[in-house]
Amino acid sequence: MEFVKWGLNPWGQNILTHVSWTLFWASLFAGVMFLVAHGSYMLLSAHRKRSAAETDRLEVVHARLPERIERHSLMARAFHWVMAAAMFVLLFTAFLPVVGVKFAWVTWHWIAGLVLTGSIIFHIVHATLWLDFWSIWVGPKDIPEFKAEILRELGHDVPGPKSGKYPLGNRLYHTAIVVAGLSAVATGVLMMSRVRTPLFTRNPYLFGDGAWGFTYVTHGLAGVGLVGLVIAHVYFAVRPEKWWITKSMLLGWITRRQYLEHHEPERWAVGANPPTGRT
Amino acid sequence: MAVIHDVMPAFELFQPASIGDAVALLNRYADAWVMAGGLDSFDWLKDRIKRPSVVVDLSQIEGLRGIKALNGGLEIGAGTTLTEVARDPLVGDKFGLLKEAAGLVASPQIRNQGTIGGNVSQDTRCWYYRAGWTCYRAGGNICYADTPTAINREHAILESDRCVAVNPSDTAPALVALDAQMVIQSARGERIVDAEDYFIGPAIDITRMTVLAPGELLTAIRIPSTWAGAQFYFEKVRDRNVWDFPLLNVASAATYSGQNNIERIRLVINAAAARPLRLRAAEAAIVGKPRNEQTAELAGQIAVQGAQPLRYNGYKVPLMRNLVKRAIRGGDRWSS
Repeated sequence: MEFVKWGLNPWGQNILTHVSWTLFWASLFAGVMFLVAHGSYMLLSAHRKRSAAETDRLEVVHARLPERIERHSLMARAFHWVMAAAMFVLLFTAFLPVVGVKFAWVTWHWIAGLVLTGSIIFHIVHATLWLDFWSIWVGPKDIPEFKAEILRELGHDVPGPKSGKYPLGNRLYHTAIVVAGLSAVATGVLMMSRVRTPLFTRNPYLFGDGAWGFTYVTHGLAGVGLVGLVIAHVYFAVRPEKWWITKSMLLGWITRRQYLEHHEPERWAVGANPPTGRT
Repeated sequence: MAVIHDVMPAFELFQPASIGDAVALLNRYADAWVMAGGLDSFDWLKDRIKRPSVVVDLSQIEGLRGIKALNGGLEIGAGTTLTEVARDPLVGDKFGLLKEAAGLVASPQIRNQGTIGGNVSQDTRCWYYRAGWTCYRAGGNICYADTPTAINREHAILESDRCVAVNPSDTAPALVALDAQMVIQSARGERIVDAEDYFIGPAIDITRMTVLAPGELLTAIRIPSTWAGAQFYFEKVRDRNVWDFPLLNVASAATYSGQNNIERIRLVINAAAARPLRLRAAEAAIVGKPRNEQTAELAGQIAVQGAQPLRYNGYKVPLMRNLVKRAIRGGDRWSS
């Protein structure tokens, strides 16, 4: 299978040009296969939220918590949906022409790319200054939760730790989307210097052929990777047992019961009157 | 630059005798190279820039040749030579625009060999692309003609989208002006595309000049009666008048009311972009106006709006403006 495309420059040198679109089909196939496999597995999998009895006991302990617990502030939700819209426009404008739907896609693509870039910059500042920045990242502290989750996936009834604000899968996904998204954005901004925009003068000589080839291939790899990642994200967003999370991204809050069923109160401390914004 | 070799790389040659056989071959070999008169093809093949494993030569297909009347208009087989088009009395009587355009293609020898289907479907003449370097049009990630040091005197001033190559056809703008339809056949059947939509720019598909997809064959061109007997104008500007591709060409078809007011008009310019451009804004601005200097000036000014010349082709902006003016006013006087 061909992973990258090579070409010839005026000096007769072989140069990297693009990622092979075979990888797009591979990513699409992998994404679809993942949701088929996961969906099949989940038909047989045990439900992994806390038992009703244990949750009832926690309800008594945490009776002072409000009935609705804010999970995503308005700003966080606005960022998420703007980013999602930009991502869909980027993926459709990038890959519809590949599958044969021909249209003038470049302008739409770079405009959506700028929207995504702006929303990511906003998100980084917002998350750093107003949110619990580290709550979305994974690290050594998550190893016990990881072990417990693996055992639960294998069918064991493990009383081990629940997640903090974000489930482990959510945090791993965030890490993957950060790598793919930032790679696509960084290379995409550089690639804008090769197309005509009203923003700045074209400079096709910003890099040499080798660096440009690396830039285009990285952009392509990130792009095809995002195809699979977005398929997985949409899949989990619509799964019935995840709908409470999706709903919180629309409304901003979850119920106290959901909080206690799915989260470890020690890892996501919520006060009786949680300050708005710090979620 | 590319080196022209005496001997072409080996390929499997098919010479079908019918359109059906040709379509079947194109369906069987997805990467087959379609050759009509061979004038564009042999450049590519002898330069060894294109190395198809299969070539389908259309020259033996009688069904692709000939001109016949059809519903008050014409149907021209895609394999009809440019000389036949230029000399045909049916074409000359009703559609003098096409007669003139076909008669100005290259040289008599080339018109004797070249076909109208090949002329409208030929690839661009951008020498960076034809040299075999991996530019955008060749699947790469750069346009060598749109760099600060590029030699781009013949390149695009409009609709550039990464690639600045232009369409070099003389008959294409005439066919767009005449509201022609392109008959395309493939294993899936027949489809008919307006000439205006047959040509595509880099924004839509940077690697193709037309909508022809692998497996498809242009079999005929139909010209409706809509513009039969209208007043036509065709002018081609080129470096060498005996034999050259256009720096720009303009085609127009118009009808006038009693007071010499413009009743209907189609204005098309080619070699300004990767496809023949119908100048809709200029058309809309001058319909109903008298055919005079002011109207011609207005159309010329509107036509070049949005032009983005490259380092060496700024001359195309006033040239295009003047060609449009001449197309409306008549070509006996220049103005700047």
